[in-house]
Amino acid sequence: MLVKKSDRQARRGSLASLVADTKALDRRAFLRRSGIGAGSLAVLGTMPLGTVRKAEAAAAGPLTAGAIIRKGVCTHCSVGCTVTAEVANDVWVGQEPSWDSPINRGSHCAKGAAVRELVSGERRLKYPMKLVNGQWTRINWDQAVNEIGDKLMDARGKSGADSVYWLGSAKMTNEGAYLFRKFGAFWGTNNTDHQARICHSTTVTGVANTWGYGAMTNSYTDIRNAKTQIIMGGNPAEAHPVSLQHLLEGAEMQKANVIVIDPRLTRTAAHATEYVRLRPGTDIPVLYGMMWHIIKNGWEDKEFIKQRVYGYEDARKEMEKWTPEEVERVSGVPGEQLKRVAEMFAKNKPSTLIWCMGQTQHTVGTANVRASCMLLLLTGNVGAPGTGANIFRGHDNVQGATDVGLDIVTLPFYYGLVEGAWKHWSRVWEVDYDYLVSRFDEKKLMETPGIPLTRWFDAVLLPKDQIAQKDNVKAMFIQGHASNSITRIPESLKGLKALELLVVADPHPTTWASLAVQAGRKDNMYLLPVATQFECRGSRVASNRALQWAEQIVKPIFESKDDLEVIYLMAKKLGFSDQMFKNIKVENNLPVAEDVLREMNRGSFSTGYCGQSPERLKSHMAHQADFDMLTQRATTGPNKGDYYGLPWPCWGTPEVKHPGTPLLYNTNLSVMEGGGCFRARFGVEREEKQPDGTSIKVSLLADGSYSKDSEIKDGYPEFTLGVLKKLGWDKDLTEAEMAVINKVNPTTPDAVSWSTDLSGGVQRVAMMHGCVPYGNAKARMNAFGLPDPIPVHREPIYTPRVELVSKYPTLPDAKQFRLPNIGFSVQKAAIDKGIARQFPLILSSGRLVEYEGGGEETRSNKWLAELQQTMFIEINPADAAERGIKDGALVWVTGAENDSKAKVAALVTERVGKGVAWMPFHFGGWFAGQDLRGNYPAGLDPIVLGESANSITTYGYDPATGMQEPKATLCQITAA
Amino acid sequence: MARMKFLCDADRCIECNACVTACKNENEVPWGINRRRVVTLNDGKPGERSISMACMHCTDAPCAAVCPVNCFYTTADAVVLHSKDLCIGCGYCFYACPFGAPQYPRVGNFGSRGKMDKCTYCAGGPEPDGSRAQFEKYGANRLAEGKLPLCAEMCSTKSLLAGDGEVIAQIYKERVSRRGYGSGAWGWQTAYGATIAT
Repeated sequence: MLVKKSDRQARRGSLASLVADTKALDRRAFLRRSGIGAGSLAVLGTMPLGTVRKAEAAAAGPLTAGAIIRKGVCTHCSVGCTVTAEVANDVWVGQEPSWDSPINRGSHCAKGAAVRELVSGERRLKYPMKLVNGQWTRINWDQAVNEIGDKLMDARGKSGADSVYWLGSAKMTNEGAYLFRKFGAFWGTNNTDHQARICHSTTVTGVANTWGYGAMTNSYTDIRNAKTQIIMGGNPAEAHPVSLQHLLEGAEMQKANVIVIDPRLTRTAAHATEYVRLRPGTDIPVLYGMMWHIIKNGWEDKEFIKQRVYGYEDARKEMEKWTPEEVERVSGVPGEQLKRVAEMFAKNKPSTLIWCMGQTQHTVGTANVRASCMLLLLTGNVGAPGTGANIFRGHDNVQGATDVGLDIVTLPFYYGLVEGAWKHWSRVWEVDYDYLVSRFDEKKLMETPGIPLTRWFDAVLLPKDQIAQKDNVKAMFIQGHASNSITRIPESLKGLKALELLVVADPHPTTWASLAVQAGRKDNMYLLPVATQFECRGSRVASNRALQWAEQIVKPIFESKDDLEVIYLMAKKLGFSDQMFKNIKVENNLPVAEDVLREMNRGSFSTGYCGQSPERLKSHMAHQADFDMLTQRATTGPNKGDYYGLPWPCWGTPEVKHPGTPLLYNTNLSVMEGGGCFRARFGVEREEKQPDGTSIKVSLLADGSYSKDSEIKDGYPEFTLGVLKKLGWDKDLTEAEMAVINKVNPTTPDAVSWSTDLSGGVQRVAMMHGCVPYGNAKARMNAFGLPDPIPVHREPIYTPRVELVSKYPTLPDAKQFRLPNIGFSVQKAAIDKGIARQFPLILSSGRLVEYEGGGEETRSNKWLAELQQTMFIEINPADAAERGIKDGALVWVTGAENDSKAKVAALVTERVGKGVAWMPFHFGGWFAGQDLRGNYPAGLDPIVLGESANSITTYGYDPATGMQEPKATLCQITAA
Repeated sequence: MARMKFLCDADRCIECNACVTACKNENEVPWGINRRRVVTLNDGKPGERSISMACMHCTDAPCAAVCPVNCFYTTADAVVLHSKDLCIGCGYCFYACPFGAPQYPRVGNFGSRGKMDKCTYCAGGPEPDGSRAQFEKYGANRLAEGKLPLCAEMCSTKSLLAGDGEVIAQIYKERVSRRGYGSGAWGWQTAYGATIAT
């Protein structure tokens, strides 16, 4: 089954033979001559010698002499490691450390150090394929695009534009993800989504609703400044290994407290100074438990709260409910330990809170994240070095794909779906607003959020009258998304069979292929080979909001095509390419990435993506060595003063030369130096009901807090032309800027704002006076408008603690995102049926360092696959002993829905507590004990296959985002 | 002359396996041969620690002492290399090595194992530096290019250090004194006859 010891290939043979005869510098002579000795070369732990070493390498370089160096960005996690490739004859022959990167400083993890394999991949999809009567058959691109296009038009004709689901990817470049979203708009649907839905959708919603933007506030490197680090619901040692360089070295430098709060004693916890074990799904009680100690002891930051926080008194009432006894009863965390942790966090400042999927992937994901923000606000730990919500995003461009709106709830850059948003984009795209309206089934649906990808099969399978659009989903076009990272796989199999058309555009066939065949699909399925990002060029956004421009390292291999070309070919076939690519140059069917970015720059004032021109980004990549690692700022060279990657918001047009914003909401800097304040996003005041029945208006604007050098020494609303006029600053606008403003809104130009003014003038003038374009408000502890404006603990849908459900039930059933969310009924039924007795173990899931996402790409990489060959489940020794399970033995894991079962190896370990089991979610290609290797096109099966954790996961969706629940469900384990 | 050593700072190692895949990548090491691996102690328990292990390029290397065909030699940089042309695949070195470094491509009947393979400190073998033959038999020769082994260069947390023994010992000492603890330079006593006093 496994690849065995294949013959060694001399990849550098031709290069080496070229130089074999020349007098290569003898290494000993070289080391002597360099005068530094090999010893100095060794100092990898310090910065300056990296550059010394590089100079000598060029002198020595017998093997690199013939190769070209190209710089890309790793395609796995969101740290944003630069990849340095040596390329000869369009073959990627070697990978070198990227010493100059101010992010990874030469380092990689197992995945990053193995990326070269991706572009030689024997198991890559090589040409378009079609399922013909159950057999995979080769076809060409023309035939594929024509047949798919005709079938899509057919579905559109019969069931409407919303009957096609466009599932995009965080693996695309910004330019690809943006075009994919734009494509959805021109096709006429909001059913366009990507991995952020199942990753940090709850973070984006929760955090943006607290203080303005849904992103990491600080950066990986800034964590070096923290004196207390809490990592709650994240395992960066495996999911973001290079970040640990900064966490661990920072902790050593600062003698910092490193506290890991997690149901598992993770590899990150192994390096913590304190480990707190909680029951999965009880983050809110634990966070409130900390806040309880803080307010009881007066450790809160009163000045910060007064100036910059709204709704503290409301939130305090909820905090007070969570006494140490109740917290321990619900979460299992002892009060004394939590008091110690709370004291460290509140007093040993600056403190940062780091989180990941452990908080987000829950039915209460948005509330979890909101509670985390409240802890930060309570202790004044936002908006300064070493503080902040350091949210580690998952994929390499998941932040970017979210920003560019590859999403069901918004147009690019968080403009939303309201008429004004559509009109803004129709101006940027230079198409008629009425044309866009005509593309949709109806105007109402144009302004209604689409269906989350977590529910795609529900949208296929539920009765038509339960779906709030013209018809069920009939066709899926998936470009770069796994199927096995989505929960409830047994249900999805029914969806895979029922779909009228299934198109998978990906470097690999993926589990969509193996599961669709397993589901009994025989035809109307296509596989289109898409290149990896190493074969394309464009920008991607790391978790710290920095944009990095990656070069194309080699041309797309086999018959693969760039994402952008696939999007263009489909738009051309479907008849809207002329409109969609009006301002984007297309060369041989390939849209020019730089042009796409320029169009994004023109329309993205809301998020400050307006200043990152391709020229600036390329210059940053070319001069990485000029940037300081700790501050991320260029100290010399052409980009002097810029922050690396121009982390958004980078206000104004590129000509304004805003340096980017390394830390959000930092009032210690002036706005033109990257400073800021909380965003005035929720109005300027709010009517609050008083106990006596009357109501008062309470300001939402900041109180006496403002960013450095601001001419307004208090809170202020977001800027519009009208606001500029009131301040008398409108005179600073140029004639050209005024002309654009008048064109944007000829009837009421005063309403044109910092985010809709296409000239950038409103932003420029606001900043001239030291003000932040989006206003200066308070962060919200009370996020009115969300399902739980102040977070409330709610038990997981499937909980082992049934006695807690009456006090902490999930939210009532409701219609969300065009579909019913029947979580409450499911929770009730589970209790009525006694599911917790049948399935007594909590099942959680997570990541391994060797694999990424659904894992088909990394499990096809021979260097990675060798390291993790078996799917497993972690089980506590006590639970294993009760069941007679030995370490390494095969077991059946059974789940609470659909009689689901999976056959995996048992890893008996104290890593998980008693009553908790854990599975990695990267495996696929097995289902219910059956090996599906034969379902892949011949030779394209990943090296390692295994059962998917999501075969066992169950119902449960966050009401605010449609996030799934893969972190807390129930299972039973028996010896196989 | 430099005395090349490896040092794994166990308080930094997170078992990310970058060293393992970097080695595979740089030297085109086939499936089943692991010149480097990460060993985890107390897996899943408090006190869990990981160490990246490969040939330590010992002083007075035990492998060389037992080799019946004398295929080992030590370079001027104190890197222990061997000749695959001389190696008979007997496996004695595997038993002699305190670190489990020697690897063999086959496990056949009658004890035929094929030519031994191990970490070369990215310094190739006896063939001319930069030659095709050297690459095919031993992998990269980074030392000849003025570079260090890729495993250490790419280490995610700068846990694995390579270079002159005195310099890396100094780096390690500074780290230990800064953070106030250190679990010691694992394997140094065995490989080099002396550990690092901190």
